[in-house]
Amino acid sequence: MSLLSYFRPKKTTAANQAKERLQIIVAQRRRADDTSETLSAMEKDILEVIRKYYINIDSSAISVQLEQNEDDLSVLELNVTLPEDDK
Amino acid sequence: MARIIVVTSGKGGVGKTTSSAALGTGLALKGFKTVIIDFDIGLRNLDLIMGVERRVVYDFVNVINGDSNLNQTLIKDKRVDGLYILPASQTRDKDALTREGVEKVLNELSETFDYIICDSPAGIEQGALMALYFADEAIVVTNPEVSSVRDSDRILGILASKSRRAEEGKEPVKEHLLLTRYNPGRVERGDMLSVEDVCEILAVKLIGVIPESQAVLRASNVGEPVILDEQSDAGQAYMDTIERLLGNEKEYRFIEEEKKGIFKRLFGG
Repeated sequence: MSLLSYFRPKKTTAANQAKERLQIIVAQRRRADDTSETLSAMEKDILEVIRKYYINIDSSAISVQLEQNEDDLSVLELNVTLPEDDK
Repeated sequence: MARIIVVTSGKGGVGKTTSSAALGTGLALKGFKTVIIDFDIGLRNLDLIMGVERRVVYDFVNVINGDSNLNQTLIKDKRVDGLYILPASQTRDKDALTREGVEKVLNELSETFDYIICDSPAGIEQGALMALYFADEAIVVTNPEVSSVRDSDRILGILASKSRRAEEGKEPVKEHLLLTRYNPGRVERGDMLSVEDVCEILAVKLIGVIPESQAVLRASNVGEPVILDEQSDAGQAYMDTIERLLGNEKEYRFIEEEKKGIFKRLFGG
């Protein structure tokens, strides 16, 4: 730190701006990954429930998706394809 | 059992191949039998950086397809004992790498080698996913620059969810951060993210800082891994990184600008 810099007004450096922007991006990515982990755990549970009470289906027959359509509206979509033959 | 280390980054041009060549060579210099595998199918470059481009006969895809065996395909380095290169194919497309095929080759290499370094291609497609899938450890190469840091974060996410260790619920891939093309002067002036900044953003343990250096281009021009240039700052920084990879404490060098004279220090540059 040089003497003169004590008298210069503090300004945000380019590096500081980069850091702030990256921290937001990284936090968003980590949150999204956590959500997708929760969804796949839920998918597994739903699969087990269907197998237990209804019919034995393949793990590929089920899909769970969460869509954020607008800021205040999320749609949770659950799709289960049942096999054509009975049990 | 070999330690499988992937050198990855997401973004291109940050120094994956330079780092793979340097670190693989460094491990061999330390007496470990090491093979460096080029996973960049269709755009091979490791052979050039290692200076063995004229000795490539067979490649990784040939081995997977059974056209050649490992003995015929591995290129033995003439400078360092116990160092081998497995070149990528120049002609095939990247889908030639199948999970079963890669696993078979890695298993066979595991029997005789101490270290397997997987030089990942850029991006997050098949080749990159295959390079990291079987890894025990990952060296994430990052430049102190926004797009590189963001891509490294993506790769960290993929390591945590799409690697074999993640899929099998085993102990996660051990992640290391390797900061390359670091310019201490620009950091001091506030123009470049600092080591501390990048570590804080990515929350990964640092294993090395390689300064931006003339020596890297010079080394690639002549096909000699930069770690063999013992006089150079980059070469020394890679050697320090090897020490840390082997579990030894090593102080960081080249992360501060050379000291200025008293006049400049008082009145600013």
